[in-house]
Amino acid sequence: MSVDTATVRKIAHLARIAVKDDEVAHLQGELNAILAFVEHLSEVDVAGVEPMTSVTPMAMKKRADVVNDGEIADAVVANAPAIEDHFFLVPKVVE
Amino acid sequence: MTDLTKLTLTEARDGLAKKSFSALELTDAHLAAIEAARALNAYVLETPDQARAMARAADERLAKGAGGPLEGIPLGVKDMFATRGVRTTACARILSNFVPPYESTVTSQLWRDGAVMLGKLNNDEFAMGSSNETSAFGPVVSPWRRRIEKKILSESRGPSKDVAGPDLVWKGMKTSEEEIYDTAKLVPGGSSGGSAAAVAANLCLGATGTDTGGSIRQPAAFTGTVGIKPTYGRCSRWGIVAFASSLDQAGPFARTVEDAAILLRSMAGHDPKDTTSVDRAVPDYAAAVGKSVKGMKIGIPKEYRVDGMSAEIEKLWGEGAAMLKAAGAELVEVSLPHTKYALPAYYIVAPAEASSNLARYDGVRYGVRVPGRDIVEMYEKTRAEGFGPEVRRRIMIGTYVLSAGYYDAYYLRAQQVRTLIRKDFEDCFANGVSAILTPATPSAAFGIGEKTSEDPVEMYLNDVFTVTVNMAGLPGLAVPAGRDSQGLPLGLQLIGRPFDEETLFTLGGVIEQTAGRFTPQRWW
Repeated sequence: MSVDTATVRKIAHLARIAVKDDEVAHLQGELNAILAFVEHLSEVDVAGVEPMTSVTPMAMKKRADVVNDGEIADAVVANAPAIEDHFFLVPKVVE
Repeated sequence: MTDLTKLTLTEARDGLAKKSFSALELTDAHLAAIEAARALNAYVLETPDQARAMARAADERLAKGAGGPLEGIPLGVKDMFATRGVRTTACARILSNFVPPYESTVTSQLWRDGAVMLGKLNNDEFAMGSSNETSAFGPVVSPWRRRIEKKILSESRGPSKDVAGPDLVWKGMKTSEEEIYDTAKLVPGGSSGGSAAAVAANLCLGATGTDTGGSIRQPAAFTGTVGIKPTYGRCSRWGIVAFASSLDQAGPFARTVEDAAILLRSMAGHDPKDTTSVDRAVPDYAAAVGKSVKGMKIGIPKEYRVDGMSAEIEKLWGEGAAMLKAAGAELVEVSLPHTKYALPAYYIVAPAEASSNLARYDGVRYGVRVPGRDIVEMYEKTRAEGFGPEVRRRIMIGTYVLSAGYYDAYYLRAQQVRTLIRKDFEDCFANGVSAILTPATPSAAFGIGEKTSEDPVEMYLNDVFTVTVNMAGLPGLAVPAGRDSQGLPLGLQLIGRPFDEETLFTLGGVIEQTAGRFTPQRWW
């Protein structure tokens, strides 16, 4: 499979990465090189093979459903580019 | 006083115990070496004040006889590990101003055991790369250079006075030789290029690394250092900047197998904060070094004899096998039939997980923000400016293979192939094979800028021997085993059963003992 320029733009939008017009052709070439490389997998007979979901076989660990952390709002927002009190600020999303 | 930076971690620990020098002196010697080696660009942040404070505290504990297993040992930390109050960027522009309010579990265990942090080490952006050239801080320069000529000045002359420490000579080198080096800058490998270069150039006694597809073992092989990627689940991933969560593991770099074993013991262990961390006792790995390998069955996988493999790598592989055989191990040819599919499957699984993990960098909660007219434009501009070309490429591939209509064809199939890759290894181990010996890399280190073609796959092929191990979640150790015709170090890889890092340290110790150690000549 390979991607066309419209698909490159669509992927970029899904990934929320702005792509300039003059970058599209270049990206298309790179993505198609990678897709051609991974195409080798179509040779493998995977009928009836379970996909790997756990690298090291183990039972999912669960912890008690209790509050064991918190009251650290200052630390939580300390690295934010824009805040007001303990809120993250973003451009207006609702008119 | 001897140059304290030339000691091994084990020697430094003995020296501290005997009070031959203080932790502060040991740290100061390393800080001076780091300052003199800025041309290598190995450290992206030096933390001398913190290092001296930690060293003084270590001296106090040592004086009271209360030192931990790494008391006073100066280490470097890959910039993928969150360090409380110390800028942690993953060498990415988007995280260039991030100061974590928390400490990664692995580094916290190193400080718990008394180690001293010298600073943060360079790596490929978000650990995506095999040469350290994608770092937002620029490439790391390897302390190694290609040898152009070797003049024998006088063969009859005895060893010179320089041969004070065991690490100053490599086997077979005569001090009466004059070697002329090419000044072309080489890569240290990646993604843990800063860690590998710093350990090789004596800018720390050991360093942390992370390995998703070979990011510890390939740079270790390129720099003549020892590096181990432990079994998936052995080290906690908590507080490590996530790249591909089902593949990422932390591990140490050191100048000897024993030093790497000592570091891993401190780094490993159960952490309730990482659900994939394994609740299993941590053995004394260093005790495994020097044990007998008599009767051990070592697998030589025929599929690793790849097309176009250099004669030098093939020779090195044979020599490594001979070293293990001479020590009493039995060599058996084994088959890992799905080997050639590991790299293509990796380039689906790793970007898919990366695209998901890196969705968090949106300019809202931390990191750099580029303003936009609305929130979507803000996201898109932030991520366009914040990510470098390799990271953007991988996020886009990952987004594509996970998108509607393609998930089964790509991601699901890759995870099925992964099951087959793991089964290849399981079959091998079920036949009584204790470990598998392979080359670590297809070549010696290449030059900075030499592999920047239009085709990103060319760089990806560097990980052809290491990536299978991540796909199967197994432990893999890279140990230096020889040099190429230009004098550059070459490494071999030992792959073990799940949670049997000890056998790898035992076998790695045999190779180290026979091949000797490899130290670059200082030029910086």
